Amino acid sequence: MSTHRLATPGAFRVLTWHLVAYKRFWKANVLSSVVQPLLYMLGLGVGVGALVDSNTGSSDVLGGASYVAFVAPGLLVTTAMALGAMESMWPVMGGLRWSRGYHGIIATSLTPRDIVLGHGVWMVVRCGLASAAVAVALACFAETRSWGLAPGVVISVWVGLAFAMPIMAFSVNAEMDGSFAAVQRFVVIPLFLFGGAFYPLTQLPAAVAWVARATPLWHGVVTARQFTQGTVVWAAVLGHLAFIGLWVVGGTLVAERRMRKKLYQ
Amino acid sequence: MSGPLITAHQLVKRFGDFTAVAGIDVEVRKGEVFGFLGPNGAGKSSTMRMIACVSPVTSGELRLFGLDPATHGSQIRGRIGVVPQMDTLDTELTVEENLRIYGRFFDLPRAECRRRSAELLEFAQLTERASSVVENLSGGMKRRLSIARSLINEPELLLLDEPTTGLDPQARHVLWDRLYRLKQQGVTLVLTTHYMDEAEQLCDRLVVMDQGRIVAEGSPRSLIEQHSTREVLELRFAAGTNESFEAQVAGLGDRHEVLPDRILIYADDGEGALAAAHARGLQPESALVRRASLEDVFLHLTGRTLVD
Repeated sequence: MSTHRLATPGAFRVLTWHLVAYKRFWKANVLSSVVQPLLYMLGLGVGVGALVDSNTGSSDVLGGASYVAFVAPGLLVTTAMALGAMESMWPVMGGLRWSRGYHGIIATSLTPRDIVLGHGVWMVVRCGLASAAVAVALACFAETRSWGLAPGVVISVWVGLAFAMPIMAFSVNAEMDGSFAAVQRFVVIPLFLFGGAFYPLTQLPAAVAWVARATPLWHGVVTARQFTQGTVVWAAVLGHLAFIGLWVVGGTLVAERRMRKKLYQ
Repeated sequence: MSGPLITAHQLVKRFGDFTAVAGIDVEVRKGEVFGFLGPNGAGKSSTMRMIACVSPVTSGELRLFGLDPATHGSQIRGRIGVVPQMDTLDTELTVEENLRIYGRFFDLPRAECRRRSAELLEFAQLTERASSVVENLSGGMKRRLSIARSLINEPELLLLDEPTTGLDPQARHVLWDRLYRLKQQGVTLVLTTHYMDEAEQLCDRLVVMDQGRIVAEGSPRSLIEQHSTREVLELRFAAGTNESFEAQVAGLGDRHEVLPDRILIYADDGEGALAAAHARGLQPESALVRRASLEDVFLHLTGRTLVD
């Protein structure tokens, strides 16, 4: 063995593990990532969109865009949120308790930190693939086709991480997988509905709107929207991304600490 | 390197108020097969997890290859192999994928992972099952795969926690044979077991653990010589009546133990003790003379049997 070879960072060795397991599912997985937004686009565009766009005054609220154009970045970012959240619940509990794969990993030269960072890198790959698939679907329609979809994918991935890492921290200490259904019901779905993806927060009561503003989803949606609608304000973009970053970094730190405590007993 | 591979001095592991390991001293030398024998809950697995560098030492000193697990855990783990009590295989992956991915965890180049997995498949007698998904393997095969996987980094030291628990006798013998081969190749083996036959078959040296402490140490043979007579006479009377015969068996051998299902009489001449029992008019339902085993050592030291 060459002694001059640079060591592969632990997170990327863990990524390989995820990739080997994913090899069997990725085609079906990516395909459904394209089909689902296509269905949304048809449903929302033909149904809700027609209704909204025929309503005089809606254009002012939506910043001059058609309804589907307004919703497009919402679809992009909520996809990454839902995926990042889901993939950081059952699979994390599985690694700790069911298949116990994490215990196998820490028996090697790898550490709990590598598991957490590896999960993060893996979420970048998964959310990237899923968001790119949504972007491809959105590019099929004239109204939603825009170069802004490319930075939109990057923002989606960032939002995906902002959910994945704190939820991973939650899952490490979760006692039963029943609590994951609660996360879906009381965090992911409400944010999907009230997080600014389908209508501006100005439509909501002020208190609810502020809750939405505290979560990474809304920041991601409005930033991605600036790119798809060509209304980029760089200072705002940086501010939003930094806010989302707080969730990513905070979640990662807590997840790492909890993972170490859990695995090194 | 000529010093011991593992040294533990006054090693303690506590979980809250519970003391799992209560200050043990152990030294494992290169090339030997060393065993921790004891019943469930004796502190064997806690000791093993500390040695495997995945459980922080509460107090005392532990060194592997002269290194401290607290500061060099990753480096130490790179040089050892671990077969845990509960399999941690990736059940949805194939046998071969399990081996290769494990090699990647140690950062072995891909080609090297391929080469070694082919060798290890052969060693574990799993070549024909290379592309089977692990979920579909038998318990014995999974165990063999766990051992093969733990060897992917060509470890100097292999830790096995209850390697044959839950396996049928045939699968156990296949596994013992594989472990014996490793020993011949010079790999140092440390194992825990609550099977005395396993300890007798495999270990050069062992410690008997009970309630977090080491109660005896030596080779299986020397332990038996030290703590037991050469032979044991087992007498079984009608169910539930064994205790009532205690007074009548006294003095038949050096000493005796009354268990719920039988009476053990320790004597260097078992047949002689049996003849003496018959001479006293005792008529057990069955009588058996056997060589003393580690089970007897354990019973003598702790007053309890190994497997309840």
